[in-house]
Amino acid sequence: MSAKIRKIATFLEETRSEMGRPVDPPTRRAAAVAVVENPFAGKYVEDLSELMAIGEELGELLTQRAVAALGISPAKVESYGKAAAVGENGEIEHAAAILHPKLGAPVRKFIGKGAALIPSSKKRGGLGVALDIPLGHKDAAFVRSHFDGMEVRISDAPRSNEIMVAVAVTDSGRPIPRVGGLTKDQIKGEDGLR
Amino acid sequence: MASAMIEIREIFTQVEETFHELGPPLQVPRKRGAVCAVLTNPFAGRYEPNIMPMMESLNPVGIDMTRRLLAAMRVSPEQIEGYGKGAIIGAEGEIEHGALWHVPGGYAMREVLGGAKAIVPSTKKVGAPGTALDVPLTHINASYVRSHFDSIEIGIADAPRADELLLALVMTTGGRIHARAGGLKASEIKGEDGLR
Repeated sequence: MSAKIRKIATFLEETRSEMGRPVDPPTRRAAAVAVVENPFAGKYVEDLSELMAIGEELGELLTQRAVAALGISPAKVESYGKAAAVGENGEIEHAAAILHPKLGAPVRKFIGKGAALIPSSKKRGGLGVALDIPLGHKDAAFVRSHFDGMEVRISDAPRSNEIMVAVAVTDSGRPIPRVGGLTKDQIKGEDGLR
Repeated sequence: MASAMIEIREIFTQVEETFHELGPPLQVPRKRGAVCAVLTNPFAGRYEPNIMPMMESLNPVGIDMTRRLLAAMRVSPEQIEGYGKGAIIGAEGEIEHGALWHVPGGYAMREVLGGAKAIVPSTKKVGAPGTALDVPLTHINASYVRSHFDSIEIGIADAPRADELLLALVMTTGGRIHARAGGLKASEIKGEDGLR
């Protein structure tokens, strides 16, 4: 069964300076968020495979939307993340079923590569809840310049029987990274970590 | 955006595409979008009697924001039916600094949309980073079109800082989803006075 989508929102952020210092080229990140019906709202259901299929569908759709918002070729994506917020009549486990088993494969297929884990967060909340999507480098989770997070909110979601699902992508790390650690030019890209 | 008064830190766009609102799915989903520019408030922290020089330098900012928003929404100017504008002034600024946005914000959307007739509804406030602003929306050619009375909530977690201004423009491709509260319809617009 496919996702019953009420709404899709995209967010695009471009940072040109930080504390008066120019960021050139600007750092850019985008998130696409779908608001879908939760088929299991208000009841306990053992088998969550329907939500897993919805996760697979949204992985492809939201990645396409977010990359399109950045206006770059999919191969230029540097970091990524995902998150979900379940309305009050759902379980955190519903968010897990959407995010973890099947959402990642279409994300990686679309951007090509993506050896690193897709960092994620989830919560239960009401309308307008703020969702902080963690971000990490797509090929090496330890790249310190790309540890980041992006907040998204939709004022009228999630309703109690809905789930908000988000995918975020960037073409860059933090605006002016200077706390050391592994840099992107040092990536080996074999194990997804370094 | 070359003026010395204009220092932009961040540009943020958000686009929303709605397929239904608890009723039957729409044949064409409705899009609503907002673009926000976060810039330095050159008058923060003091009383400056003459703030007018900044107004004209905001004209190209507004034009650029309008074009960015249309691009983000992936629509042509002809598809826009509703608009609005707003400002959030950082803690060290005056509400009056936000009022500088009235003329350039309206000018920019009319210029790019090709001559909309209705006044651009607006709102503003002084606020902290993350403050939410409900930007009003009305029909671009007739303020009284009831189906297009609406608003979009905007907000950026880290803006405006105390010495910044957040300026917003919002546009839509349609009125409320499943509008059924009566009043003047878009199909009944005379289009002479910007009201009906």
